[in-house]
Amino acid sequence: MKHLLSTADLDAATAIEILDTAAEMASVSGREIKKLPTLRGRTVVNLFYEDSTRTRISFEAAAKRLSADVINFSAKGSSVEKGESLKDTAWTLQAMGADAVVIRHPASGAPHRLANWVTGSVLNAGDGTHEHPTQALLDAYTMRSRMGRLDGLHVAIVGDVLHSRVARSNVLLLNTLGAKVTLVGPPTLIPTDLNTSVQLNYDLDAVLPQADVVMMLRVQRERMTDSYFPSAREYSRRYGLDGARLRRMPSHAIVMHPGPMNRGMEITPEVADSPRSTIVEQVTNGVSVRMACLYLLLGGAR
Amino acid sequence: MARPTTDESSAPAQQPAAPAPTKIVLSAADVSRVVDRIAHQILEKTSGAADVVLLGIATRGVPIAHRLAERIRAFEGRDIPVGTLDITLYRDDLRSSSVRAVGRTEEPAGGVDGRKVVLVDDVLFSGRTIRAALDALSDLGRPAAVQLAVLVDRGHRQLPIRADYVGKNIPTALSEQVKVKLTEIDGADEVVLINAGKGDAR
Amino acid sequence: MTDILIKGARVLGGEPADLLLRDGRIAEVGTGLTAEGAEVVDATGLVALPGLVDLHTHLREPGREDAETVYTGSRAAALGGYTAVCAMANTSPVADTAGVVEQVYRLGQEAGLVDVQPIGAVTVGLAGERLAELGAMADSAARVRIFSDDGFCVADPRLMRRALEYVKAFDGVIAQHAEEPRLTQGAQMHEGDVSAKLGLTGWPAVAEESIIARDVLLAEHVGARLHVCHVSTAGSVDIIRAAKARGVRVTAEVTPHHLLLTHEKAESYDPVYKVNPPLRTNTDVQALREGLRDGTIDIVATDHAPHAAEDKECEWAHARPGMLGLETALPIVLDVLGEQWDLIAERMSRAPARIAGLDGHGNDLVAGAPANLTLIDPTTRWTVEPTGLASLSHNTPYAGMTVPGRIVATFLRGVPTVLDGKVQK
Repeated sequence: MKHLLSTADLDAATAIEILDTAAEMASVSGREIKKLPTLRGRTVVNLFYEDSTRTRISFEAAAKRLSADVINFSAKGSSVEKGESLKDTAWTLQAMGADAVVIRHPASGAPHRLANWVTGSVLNAGDGTHEHPTQALLDAYTMRSRMGRLDGLHVAIVGDVLHSRVARSNVLLLNTLGAKVTLVGPPTLIPTDLNTSVQLNYDLDAVLPQADVVMMLRVQRERMTDSYFPSAREYSRRYGLDGARLRRMPSHAIVMHPGPMNRGMEITPEVADSPRSTIVEQVTNGVSVRMACLYLLLGGAR
Repeated sequence: MARPTTDESSAPAQQPAAPAPTKIVLSAADVSRVVDRIAHQILEKTSGAADVVLLGIATRGVPIAHRLAERIRAFEGRDIPVGTLDITLYRDDLRSSSVRAVGRTEEPAGGVDGRKVVLVDDVLFSGRTIRAALDALSDLGRPAAVQLAVLVDRGHRQLPIRADYVGKNIPTALSEQVKVKLTEIDGADEVVLINAGKGDAR
Repeated sequence: MTDILIKGARVLGGEPADLLLRDGRIAEVGTGLTAEGAEVVDATGLVALPGLVDLHTHLREPGREDAETVYTGSRAAALGGYTAVCAMANTSPVADTAGVVEQVYRLGQEAGLVDVQPIGAVTVGLAGERLAELGAMADSAARVRIFSDDGFCVADPRLMRRALEYVKAFDGVIAQHAEEPRLTQGAQMHEGDVSAKLGLTGWPAVAEESIIARDVLLAEHVGARLHVCHVSTAGSVDIIRAAKARGVRVTAEVTPHHLLLTHEKAESYDPVYKVNPPLRTNTDVQALREGLRDGTIDIVATDHAPHAAEDKECEWAHARPGMLGLETALPIVLDVLGEQWDLIAERMSRAPARIAGLDGHGNDLVAGAPANLTLIDPTTRWTVEPTGLASLSHNTPYAGMTVPGRIVATFLRGVPTVLDGKVQK
């Protein structure tokens, strides 16, 4: 694996290898000394064109636990604000000897472009409305540790699928790992042409009783002004997860959310804070999964 | 992503292209006797193995550690905790090959703090595996003492490391390869010396 | 001016014949011609076509002379077999006054490689709010007859109706960039399974089709001429076919890239494949080819759109849409249609000249006609090298592709602009 740009690039064996490695990394995170010498002398650049403190610190913690040197490069207040192009920035990072670049960018495909311009590895930490592969991997890791398996699991992904990089990466990865995926949301927020093996259902209540995992997506309030749906109230009435709906799910089923949550919009506090919610675990697992990805990208000969 | 390579820490990295001449240096019965002797030596040197935990270094150190624990139980009726140590993430040669699969590390019951830890491996060669194991061990906790038991010492140390318990010293040329086979992994017990020919020593 | 005797050219792919060019015209066509003092061009095995006419070229001057100039674009055109190109109005400043169109016209004359016919903007500053001085542009030295806001759609139906009506006074035509802007906000590529996968905002086919449907009805209502730029969808072909059957005075163009490439190209995220309208599906490509063969689509136009490297060597969403086309158009069309030379001449020379009102172009190669023609070697295949093209920019989507048909020579009013595949200025 040279880059991690899309979960579509992962075959089942590779995905499982990442999850298994993450499990070992998790045991390190449980120790008093949360540090491994593995990536000593490697340089990881966090190149963030969007503010995302959660994702950046997760990657930063992962890289530091593996003893890599971490350089944080935020677009705000940098040469990027002065109009530097992504290509010129890539050359700068190249000149600084970056072994890996973790990139978060508002433009879909920006990591693919960057991979053409640097010799190091590129990790996609979220690109536009395209993908967020490490989020999908940490979601799969969380499902596997809660449910004991992924093969045959029924996962409902609920909300703004159209604009969700989390949904895209999850659909591809879960398909590869043998889970069954149902997309749920208002038709305006589902792509018009889905050429994948997913199910589609506009009725959340019809899906809940059959779901092992219900993954709620963040819904941005500005979608309302673009007429994707009439009002926040109507959205949460039709597609929000509240206590009553939680009780209609099978007793073993779990609730996931990639964060940050809009409490009261797509999820009520009662659900978010219930023991069936894995939201905090997802954050913890994020570090282990990102450690695994960094190790598998940078841990061998270049 | 590269598939995991088998970790042959005891062997030169390259495999000979054609079947090389091999010599059996320990038979199944020899292996059994050697394990018995090491178990006795541990008991002797640690005053009955009080506070001892065994930590097998993956891959083949692990079944040897379990056999030692089983022998100690048979001889003294004492249960010794056994753990597993995977040293992949502590290796100093990660950059020399494609990425290696990370194996399981399991702390022995009760942990390692304040205990006498006996590291167990199949072959002692350059000493670099043991160096990595010591680093890994220090991240797990602070043992009272650390000792080393190996089935075979083949010489050619590159670091100031020696074993406390040695099953058999086997003088070797750098070009040769020592292969330990164990029933749990390989289906039979045997130690063979493979003459890989000249020129592939590292 | 030296006379030129072309020996053994297959006019429209027919039997070998000689053509004598004298005083800007074809003086004689026959076999075994001789001419004292004439420069002889051996055209054995070459096909002669009337000089190609491009109804849709972006020359970028004035404003973006780093991407293309009238001179460099003229070189590219001549090398592509063209003797006339229509220069789109979306320059900076916009070609919305007699002054700007005359400037472009004169730059074309000075370059002297092809006739550069400026297109005037429909609305002031391409803003879609009020009509530009269409009549002044028509009356200028540039004699503008085609008006287009290309790059933007004349979306306001009332304004479009007025424009269609107004240009009837001087037999003008409105060339519409059909794109309902409310349906394409932030659009990056064709809306379909590939855009869903890539997370790029979709440009739905219906945004083009709804405007074309509206415009053919408007043109019918006011009895005006409508030209539809770069038709890209199967649905658009159907609408135009039906409109023509009703007798609407509508003409339509398709680009070479829409005849060949599909939206899967975006999977690389390389913006060299970003274009407006976007690359569509294979179903659309097949419908466009069918429309081109049966005459629903009248012409092939390049939409030659040079862009500086920094506008393409970037993120897809930040890149400007557009592709080079002039030097590869004939090879792509030859690849798509095969050696149907009369059809190619119709779609790339005669029909575009008629639509543009360029009397000196698109004429059959007979004695007395203006000596505007090009010679093509149909047997040579060549590999497209971005840096090997004459355009100032390198944004060709065909890099590394091997295509049939090499332009060997081009003559503008009897003067060679290209000889042995080399531009003469």
